[in-house]
Amino acid sequence: MKLEDLRKIVEKTAPDELAEGGARYTIVVGMGTCGIAAGAREVLAAIIDELDEQGITDVIVTQTGCRGLCEREPLVYITPPGGEEVVYADMTPARAREVVASHVGRDEPVGAYVLDAGELL
Amino acid sequence: MEDISLHILDITQNSIRAGATKVRVEVVENTRENVLLFVIRDNGSGMTEAQLSRVHDPFFTTRTTRAVGFGLPLLKQTAEQAGGGLAVTSAPGEGTTVEARYRLDSIDRPPLGDVATTIWTLIVTNPRVEFDYRHELDGARFELSTEDLKAKLRRRRLGTPRLAKALRKYISENEERLAAAGAGPEAPRLEAEGKI
Repeated sequence: MKLEDLRKIVEKTAPDELAEGGARYTIVVGMGTCGIAAGAREVLAAIIDELDEQGITDVIVTQTGCRGLCEREPLVYITPPGGEEVVYADMTPARAREVVASHVGRDEPVGAYVLDAGELL
Repeated sequence: MEDISLHILDITQNSIRAGATKVRVEVVENTRENVLLFVIRDNGSGMTEAQLSRVHDPFFTTRTTRAVGFGLPLLKQTAEQAGGGLAVTSAPGEGTTVEARYRLDSIDRPPLGDVATTIWTLIVTNPRVEFDYRHELDGARFELSTEDLKAKLRRRRLGTPRLAKALRKYISENEERLAAAGAGPEAPRLEAEGKI
């Protein structure tokens, strides 16, 4: 694929940019050494894939470092603007897809993977 | 870390947490010189000499959430086991450069791994950081600059899902093309192409 081919694909299929502050959720993937070693890169790729397959465009995906809970990585943090953060622990690509489809797609958090508040630092 | 591409992701995250707005990642595989190396150069906050002298110590970290900084010591260990080494240069206000070297034919060298997904992950999750990436394999090369991409694609963000997916395909395909074009150990042999 040449850059020109990428440009054509983007022009044809990629929606316009997200307006600043226009996101329904921010999805953050833990990418410290601990997160990366536990598979955070593949979790991130699965999140992008699922967002694309669900046609969801009004979210921001970003990364964070280690927040001290290395043994529960990969961690994924989902936050609505001004709202409370939900932390998902022990993520795999398959679980991350489930979380995106349910939490981001239908506004229904997946309780089974949510980290207990007591574990948070 | 399972492979070198994960080390590259990990070490580049250090640059980002040091406030870098521009990071250059270079990967070189050279069969004749029997070397595989990567260089990560950033314009982040840099380190003082005192900090620099302790970067190989796993009990040193600038972070406050965990008392141990594994990234660089881990990288140093894998590089040295594969007949290479690690060099870190840095000065406050001038950024940091990390260079890791491996003997290409060392049986203890981790595989390069999926460097395409590493570069893509960095680009997609760090919209405020500009990346220059260059991968050279015995004279063949693939280069990418996010500033250039944003200008050519006329997009301010490369991380929106549809664009990000197309970008991943673009980087992966070019990396595959590079692997096939280079004369690396896994590339097609020259005689198969009738050149000998």
